[in-house]
Amino acid sequence: MTLNRRRFLTASAAATGALAMPTWALGQTGPIRMGTVLDVSGIFDAYGTPMDMAQRLAVAQINADGGLLGREVEIVGYDTQSDMALYTQFAQRLVRQDRVDVVQGGVLSASREAIRQTLRRAETLYFYNVQYEGGVCDRNTFINGVTPAQQAEVLVPWAMSESGPRVYILAADYNYGQITARWIQKFVADNGGETVGVDFFPLDVSDFGSTIARIQTAAPDLVVAPLVGGAHLSFFRQWAAAGMNQRIPLASTTMGVGNEHRVLTAEEGNGIMVAYNYSQGLDTPANNAFKEAWTAAYGDTNLIHEIAVSHYMGVQLWAEAVRRAGTVDRMPVIEALEDNLSIEGPSGVMTIDPQTHHAILDVHKMVFNNQEMELVETLPQRPPVDTQAVCDLIANPDENTQFEIEI
Amino acid sequence: MDLSVVILIEVLYAIASLILISAGLAVVFGMMKVINLAHGEFMVLGGYTTITAVGLGVNIFVAMLIVAPIVVGLFGLIVERLVFRHLYGRMIDTMLASWGLSLMMIGGFKMIFGNTTTGVAGPIPGFTVGNYQVNGYNLFIIVVSVLLLLAMLALLRGTRFGLIARGTMQRADMAAAMGHSPDRIYMMTFALGSALAGLAGAVLAPLVGLVPTAGAAFIAKAFITVIAGGPVLVAGLASAAGTFGLVNQVFSFLVSPVVGDVALLVTAIVLLRLLPRGITARFFRGRL
Repeated sequence: MTLNRRRFLTASAAATGALAMPTWALGQTGPIRMGTVLDVSGIFDAYGTPMDMAQRLAVAQINADGGLLGREVEIVGYDTQSDMALYTQFAQRLVRQDRVDVVQGGVLSASREAIRQTLRRAETLYFYNVQYEGGVCDRNTFINGVTPAQQAEVLVPWAMSESGPRVYILAADYNYGQITARWIQKFVADNGGETVGVDFFPLDVSDFGSTIARIQTAAPDLVVAPLVGGAHLSFFRQWAAAGMNQRIPLASTTMGVGNEHRVLTAEEGNGIMVAYNYSQGLDTPANNAFKEAWTAAYGDTNLIHEIAVSHYMGVQLWAEAVRRAGTVDRMPVIEALEDNLSIEGPSGVMTIDPQTHHAILDVHKMVFNNQEMELVETLPQRPPVDTQAVCDLIANPDENTQFEIEI
Repeated sequence: MDLSVVILIEVLYAIASLILISAGLAVVFGMMKVINLAHGEFMVLGGYTTITAVGLGVNIFVAMLIVAPIVVGLFGLIVERLVFRHLYGRMIDTMLASWGLSLMMIGGFKMIFGNTTTGVAGPIPGFTVGNYQVNGYNLFIIVVSVLLLLAMLALLRGTRFGLIARGTMQRADMAAAMGHSPDRIYMMTFALGSALAGLAGAVLAPLVGLVPTAGAAFIAKAFITVIAGGPVLVAGLASAAGTFGLVNQVFSFLVSPVVGDVALLVTAIVLLRLLPRGITARFFRGRL
């Protein structure tokens, strides 16, 4: 048979058709697409990069177990470069162009609020897996990070009992810091204390000399510091350099969430009180297995931090819901999650609270010692009572607000 | 009484740290008119050099005052030979190139040091003024910046290199006609400016959380100080840093740190409206 132009065209068209075939035939059975938006570069990448590693580990484990519903899970991930404007842009692309089945991600509260409405409007299920200020009430959104009631409600009375009733608050100047500062004020008042000062700092402030003098003028018994990001780390160093770490105890709702305690020397960090859902020091079979898998994938466990684990749990919660629902369609998956879905992972048992779409989880009181978080006490299965007080998605499934606390 | 001493120390410290972070930029931008957007990363490089040197067992003062300036100065020398010397007189191109350099450096820091590098602790303990604890290291920074200004003055006024450098910055063609190579003078000046940035980063390292992106926190303040200072190097640096440091600290202390930053920026705007070419275009003219 000689190969003339016509034959060649026919043959290649058939070949192209054959190649294209599987893609078309797989329309329903191709990979499940999980969209993600995370800051893998820029000033928040210390938070975002380990989250990215955690989600890749989670998806690799899910796929190694045969995927979901017999389909492989594929990550469609975008690096938002610590730029809030990029969140909106990439969220649009995920829902319009990539048509993903779920979106996981967002680091700062500002980034979550930048994309939450887009995803709700596009009817794309959204998981935000970072500790935050609480109050989001949206049936399309699931949040498994600790909220102030789970964290500050534990941390504040404990830190006050270790120090005294007069409290000074230093917070980051955006929605997380502002709202968390108000929650801290509430818990200080509830426990018979007094807030003697509140200061807010833009994220690029790195000189705290005058603040340290102001704090001393107010003479508090305790300083609580929900400060965020690299520049704010300078506070903890300047505090120690002035010798204040020997005089006034310090507690924080954020220090260590991105492994920041490793940036401080042992002497600078020792004694700072925190309360989180996860610590690498938790000696449970699930956490040990997680750390082993992480080491196998990435060499060592240095980068694991609380929100990386939260993010890992977020992916696993969604995967479990898909298994239960038997589909990736949004409503059946939401209903599966609302059925008090519960999984056990590196940070312990995590259960979805159907009323708020937040998580019921373990909280650990911890103290920094030699650049490690030392466990003091575990409070098992704390509900998100702050958000529960304002949000009821069972009664009002169409609710779509972020409630803020009034003091 | 003790409070006013504390405030005085904080104000002096704020001025001193502004002088430190701006000195390298004042040389590179003020003298050579090269907009180095990687200035903050040069400082961070100085900080990481200090941390690494201290980790290797070098005395912290040697690491900060000698090792870091030399390393960053050499780095500046290499970068000048490879990149900047091709771009003199092309301001926008220089900005773009140095911005790219800063991104590369941030990426490099991240690859080499990671996001969580344990810092070095300040070598000077805090002390007490009445009821107040004061950071003893602040005094060290004040001393370093005063010595730095004196050294810059001595170098520019008292040495032959200073004279030639000043001449080259004013009229490169005349300097060349007198037998000096502008190319070499620019190279030396850029390296000196880089070394000063390295010194600043090293000396501030014990007080800041050093992460790869820390440079961004310094660059804006450094540029505002240098531009408001105007054409006269040392006097411009001292007067602009003095004004901004004072305003920033007084408002931070009396109202809040946010208002302190706002006051600094408002002062800068007003100053540049009244003195568009900087403080020293009107005062201290013809001095150093």
